[in-house]
Amino acid sequence: MTASTDQQVQARQRWISVLAKADSEQLQQLWQQCLMQLGAAPDYQFIRKPESGLTMLRGRIGGSGQPFNLGEMTLTRCALRLESGTLGVSYIQGRNHQHALLAALADALLQQDEHDLIQRQLITPLASQQRADREARDSASADTKVDFFTLVRGED
Amino acid sequence: MYVAVKGGEKAIDNAHALMAKRRRGDTGIAELSVEQIRQQLPLAVDRVMNEGSVYDPQLAALALKQASGDAVEAIFLLRAYRTTLPRIGYSEPLDTEAMQIERRVSGTFKDLPGGQILGPTYDYTHRLLDFSLLADAQAEGAEEAAESADSKLAVEVEACPRVLELLNKEGLIENSRQPDEADQVPGDLTRQPISYPADRALRLQNLARGDEGFLLSLSYASMRGYGDSHPFAGEMRCGRVTVELVPEELGFPIEVGEVQLTECEMVNQFHGSKEQPPQFTRGYGLVFGYSERKAMSMALIDRSLRCEELGEQVLYPNQDQEFVLSHSDCVSANGFVSHLKLPHYVDFQSELEMIRRLRSESVEVQSGDNATEQPEAEA
Repeated sequence: MTASTDQQVQARQRWISVLAKADSEQLQQLWQQCLMQLGAAPDYQFIRKPESGLTMLRGRIGGSGQPFNLGEMTLTRCALRLESGTLGVSYIQGRNHQHALLAALADALLQQDEHDLIQRQLITPLASQQRADREARDSASADTKVDFFTLVRGED
Repeated sequence: MYVAVKGGEKAIDNAHALMAKRRRGDTGIAELSVEQIRQQLPLAVDRVMNEGSVYDPQLAALALKQASGDAVEAIFLLRAYRTTLPRIGYSEPLDTEAMQIERRVSGTFKDLPGGQILGPTYDYTHRLLDFSLLADAQAEGAEEAAESADSKLAVEVEACPRVLELLNKEGLIENSRQPDEADQVPGDLTRQPISYPADRALRLQNLARGDEGFLLSLSYASMRGYGDSHPFAGEMRCGRVTVELVPEELGFPIEVGEVQLTECEMVNQFHGSKEQPPQFTRGYGLVFGYSERKAMSMALIDRSLRCEELGEQVLYPNQDQEFVLSHSDCVSANGFVSHLKLPHYVDFQSELEMIRRLRSESVEVQSGDNATEQPEAEA
C-alpha cells in the first residue's frame, strides 16, 4: 500500500468512526442541511439494503491475553453505489436502518467531489459533539477522584 | 417421559390478556416507556443484556417492560430474539486498557497511575431509604449535577494503565500471556456446545452469560472455605470501550460504536507447584454495563476453575467446571425447573400406579408374614 492510499484509508476510518458513533437524530438533522446544499438527494443503488444482525464481541483473558467470546451486540450494515460508481459502506452499532443508510451515503460522498461539503457540514459538527460529550463524561468522573490513605503508612 | 396435552386455547388467551392487564397496572398512573426504563433502571437493563448475552440497551429495556420487571423472563425474551438475527462476524478483541474510565478502584494498590476514580457508585452509602424519592423531588439533584459539571470544564482524566501488569516488575504476579504467544481463535459456545474439559476462553464465555446470583453464591462459598480462595480486587474499571471490526469488503478495521463495560481483575495467593514458584495468580471478569457484582463473581469463579491447570485439587463444586458451567445459565435452569408446572398427568399416573402396586405387594407380603407369625404368637 502506498503512503497516499494509507492516508486515504486513515481518513476514511476517521469519518466512518464519527458516522457510526453519531447520535441518530443529530445525524438526521445535519443530513437535511447537507441535502439543501447538495441541491438534490444523491441517486444510489443498494448493494446491500440496511440489514440488522449480531456481531460477537471479543475480549481478552486478563485484558491482554488470549481472545475469548464475550457476548453479542446488535449491528446494522448497509452498502450502496452512487451513480458515479463510488461505493459507500456502513456498519453501525444498534438496529437503526436510517442511520446505517445515511452513514453509507455519507461514506460514498466523502470519497468524491462532495468531500469538503460533507466533511464541513456533517463530520465536523458530529465530531465536535462527540468530543464535547466525552469531555463532559471525563469531567464528571474526575470530580470523584479519591485519595485513600491508610492510618499507618508503611512508606512514611 | 412427557406426553403432550391438547386444548385450553381459550383459557390460555384469557390468561395472557389478564397478564397484560396486570403488567399495565392502574391505568390512572402514567405508563412506563421503554426509554424511561432504559434511562432510569440502567442496572436492571445491564443485567438483562449480560445474561441475555446481547448488548442492546433498548431491546433489554423492552424485554424488562414486557416481562413486568422479571429479570429472568426478560433474559429469556432477549435470548429468544437473538436467535432470529443473522451473525455478522466477530469484533476485534476489545481494548479495555483504552477504556474511557468512569470508575476505577483497586483494593490492593493505594497509589496507582491515573488514580482511583469512584464514579457513580452505591458503595459508601448508608443504605437508608431516601424518602425524598417518594415525592417528585428529583429536579433539584439534576440542577446541582449540571452546575458542578460547568464549573470543572477542563479537568482531564489521566491515562489509566492496567495496574497488575504495570506493578508486576518483580514478577510476583503471573502474566496473562507469554511474550511471543500468538492469538488463537476462541471456541464459541453459541455455535458449538461445550464439551469437557473446556478451555479458559470457553469458560469465560459461559461465565459472562451466567446467572449473577449463582456465580455470586459460588464465589462467596469459595471465600468462606469451600475452596482455597484468598482473593484481592486488584483492579475494577467501568467505562466505554470502542468496538472495532474488519468488514470483508473493506479489509481494514473500522469503529462501529461504543459499549459500556465493567472489568475486574482478582489476584489470588498461590503457594506454588512443581512447575511454578509461589506467586499471585489472576482471575478475570468482563461484563456488559455497570455490573460490578457480576464482574467480581466471574473473576473469582474463573480463578477457582483454574485449579487443575495450577495443580490444585478439585474438592468443591466451585472448582468443578462441569458443575459450574452446566448449571450457570438462568435460561436453561429456569426452563428445566419451570417445566414441572406443565401437565405431567400421564407421567404422574404411571408413578401413582406403581406406588399403588408396590403398596399392595408389601401389604400382601406383610399379611403373608402375619399369617405365618400368628401361630407362633399364639403359642
